[in-house]
Amino acid sequence: MKVTRRTLLGGIAATAAAPMVAPRRLWAAEDTIKVGILHSLSGTMAISETTLKDVMLMLIAEQNAKGGVLGKKLEPVVVDPASNWPLFAEKARELISQDKCVAVFGCWTSVSRKSVLPVFKELNNILFYPVQYEGQESERNVFYTGAAPNQQAIPAVDYLMSADGGSVKRWVLEGTDYVYPRTTNKILEAYLKSKGVAAEDIMINYTPFGFSDWQTEVSKIKAFGAAGKKTAVVSTINGDANVPFYKELGNQGIKAEDIPVCAFSVGEEELAGLDTKPLVGHLAAWNYFESIDTPENKAFIAAWQKFTNNPKRVTNDPMEAHYIGFNMWVKAVEKAGTTDADKVIDTLPGIEAPNLTGGMSKMLPNHHITKPVYIGEIQEDGQFDVVWKTPDLVPGEPWSPYLPESKDLVSDWVGLKCGNYDKVKKVCLGGA
Amino acid sequence: MKAFLRMVLVLLALAEATAAGAADFATLVAALPAGGYADRAKVVRELGLSGDGRALKVLTALAGDDLKVMADGAVVIVYEKTGAAVGAVDGTDKGTPAADSLQRIKLNNAVRRALRTATGMLTLRDPDPAKRLSAARDALRAADPEQIEALDAALAAETDPAVKTVLAEAKAAAVLKSGEASEADQLAAVTLLAQRGDEAAQAALAPVVNAKDPAVAAAVKKALADIAEARKLWGLAQNVWYGLSLGSVLLLAAVGLAITFGVMGVINMAHGELVMLGAYTTFVVQQVIRADAPGLFGWSLAIAAPLAFLVAGGVGVAIERGIVRHLYGRPLETLLATWGVSLMLQQAVRSIFGPDNRDVGNPSWMSGAFHLGQMQVTWNRLWILVFAFAVFTVLLIVLKRTAIGLQMRAVTQNRAMAANMGIRTGRVDALTFGLGSGIAGLAGVALSQIDNVSPNLGQGYIVDSFMVVVFGGAGNIWGTLAGAFTLGIANKFLEPFAGAVLGKILILVGIILFIQKRPRGLFAVKGRAVEA
Repeated sequence: MKVTRRTLLGGIAATAAAPMVAPRRLWAAEDTIKVGILHSLSGTMAISETTLKDVMLMLIAEQNAKGGVLGKKLEPVVVDPASNWPLFAEKARELISQDKCVAVFGCWTSVSRKSVLPVFKELNNILFYPVQYEGQESERNVFYTGAAPNQQAIPAVDYLMSADGGSVKRWVLEGTDYVYPRTTNKILEAYLKSKGVAAEDIMINYTPFGFSDWQTEVSKIKAFGAAGKKTAVVSTINGDANVPFYKELGNQGIKAEDIPVCAFSVGEEELAGLDTKPLVGHLAAWNYFESIDTPENKAFIAAWQKFTNNPKRVTNDPMEAHYIGFNMWVKAVEKAGTTDADKVIDTLPGIEAPNLTGGMSKMLPNHHITKPVYIGEIQEDGQFDVVWKTPDLVPGEPWSPYLPESKDLVSDWVGLKCGNYDKVKKVCLGGA
Repeated sequence: MKAFLRMVLVLLALAEATAAGAADFATLVAALPAGGYADRAKVVRELGLSGDGRALKVLTALAGDDLKVMADGAVVIVYEKTGAAVGAVDGTDKGTPAADSLQRIKLNNAVRRALRTATGMLTLRDPDPAKRLSAARDALRAADPEQIEALDAALAAETDPAVKTVLAEAKAAAVLKSGEASEADQLAAVTLLAQRGDEAAQAALAPVVNAKDPAVAAAVKKALADIAEARKLWGLAQNVWYGLSLGSVLLLAAVGLAITFGVMGVINMAHGELVMLGAYTTFVVQQVIRADAPGLFGWSLAIAAPLAFLVAGGVGVAIERGIVRHLYGRPLETLLATWGVSLMLQQAVRSIFGPDNRDVGNPSWMSGAFHLGQMQVTWNRLWILVFAFAVFTVLLIVLKRTAIGLQMRAVTQNRAMAANMGIRTGRVDALTFGLGSGIAGLAGVALSQIDNVSPNLGQGYIVDSFMVVVFGGAGNIWGTLAGAFTLGIANKFLEPFAGAVLGKILILVGIILFIQKRPRGLFAVKGRAVEA
């Protein structure tokens, strides 16, 4: 057995406690349902993922207060994969094989998800993935509660093209250089071209992780925007690089009225470290905003601030995704009457759970969920003001119809039992 | 339903009023909350064109989110501080309504754009020339044919030559946009804008490149080509400026390392974390100032700088005394030990301040930009450049003109002989390391203005710092200066062509090739590092 600090401490505690407690107590401790939480608590991703760990602990505590699941208490098992992708796989294995978790909530970056995939397939367990991602994937063991590209990127571009969004004619696709922005921009480029945007009206640009000297990039955007056509920036810039980017925009005097920036990775948490005055009017597309005024959301925010003991703690989109995903899992386990992975996986499609924006999200046979899409404008107080939303919930589509390699693919784990079925060749491509 | 009916009525009234030629001010203000964003933007435009003296106040309140709707549908201006409300149209006192009984009038970018133009229209005749200039610039950006009349009136009344020029250009842009003026007028407008020759002129000319009149179209095409040609030269200057600015950041980050690594030969992997400590010191100073003495905020960086020097320098001395001095002459162990220290410092800061970014504000003199010809220079970058040179000069003076500097150089060049001369080498080592670390802290103060203040701040600079010192030549701080600016400018000239990612790779490849040719960097000197 690999001795980690946690198992060691657990071991010491168990040895110390053993003589003192009656056998019944030991049996009771065993009779919990263990739920794994796989989020980085140290390293570069700690900034985003620590919050998700906390929200899971809160949801589990709330469920236990309601009596747990199937008459048993839930027991969270927290591990720290430390923003280290191979360590994600190792920790996932530990959660499933050693701690016997029946489901795992975790991962943020796509590369961490890809790294744990083989483990979940091999050990046949369930992963709930709460972050917006690039699509082009649908696995039997994974449930995607974040947005697929058609639930964030495409509606955002539609909004910008509309009269309300400013009838944008010229596009800058600015991203950090890794798989999510590259795939999303590939989809967006194909989509824009299908809408009749000329190639010279699209500028695609990538910068490294943690990029901080934005002078050249921002002046390039400014020059690109001076062609007399309404210009907008679609930003898939990730994490820390956003702050200096927005600071440079402010300093070079690019106002949202002239060139709006619509971001897919900037939420309430990211804005907390920024002076938002020069950013008023820049946009973000999400499925949830803290400012959305519904009774469910108010209750959630109050509970969250009470749980974290911080009246200023903000909520964000991936937190809502975990909220929906966790409630769906609870319902599915109760419906199936067991935590057995195969039965829960078969039960989950069709399960409905309320989201925080007043609607009812549904798990689809392709393991994605239905979500509303909102466009928010940054306000002076660091919150978003919703300026547009989709009339209905949008069903998530893992395979983009705008890319030639995926336009014929469908995912259906109920009827076809396949994540990448080729409609034209009528064949399941299977594991890739 | 009631609200909807009211909206319809108001819109009908509005349509009628507009049709009548002059929309009534009160009707317009009452129509502001109704309808969607597009309707609101239209009303705002009407208000701007109305020229009514009261409109400016209402629009300013709307832009500042101070215009609200009371429960009875009255539009009021609410004063932020007192919460008192007055009628937007007639200024009647409406008491102090409860904040949650008031409904906001929401804005989006389209409304904000209309607001800017409308406010501009209303301030064209403002007594303050600065306001008139900004209004004229807004008009130039809007290029709205409907403003021509108002611009003409403003032009006739204008006395300030600078404002007059921009007003004329704004009128030219509007004339071109309408495309209805005579050919001679349009050609004159093109010439005027071509003289301006910047991005704003380009933006005004580009949409009319396919003007109906072939002569105008040809003139526009030529003007655009001329502007593009002139901008190429300015673009070059702009790149040099960006390069200098990047170089100054590299210099700040690396100059401390030039002491600890270059002069002392210690591979200090915790250098980046010392920079981070400087940035967090700035954050703490700003927190204290915000809480206790908001008036001093403009001075926060000046107060933070010496403190950051002491904090980072103190930690540096502790690292030297506690760890590094036991490892002199064992570079691999030093590297591993200081890397461990860097992780500890990062996690310590993460535990104390939390993993997310801290908001370090920019004092007003660090914000915004000014134009130098057609080149845009941001204030924060300019001050950082000045600060980097100041730090460099002071360091040079300390090393070359003070007793401690002499001792440092003596110990570096020949430790045994320096000790024989009565220099306490251990103390000098600690002070030298402390000096290098303290300068890293100063760098942190500057970097807090342009980068994230997070526990990971230092990681982004450590590789670049080593690159600069190695490229410049270890042990020579002039080499560091030359190295920083060479790399900065090379990087910024590569970026537009190769992109940020490839640009950085090319720079790294270039340095590797350079080091093959000159293993000791640009300016090689003798020192402990070289002899070891």
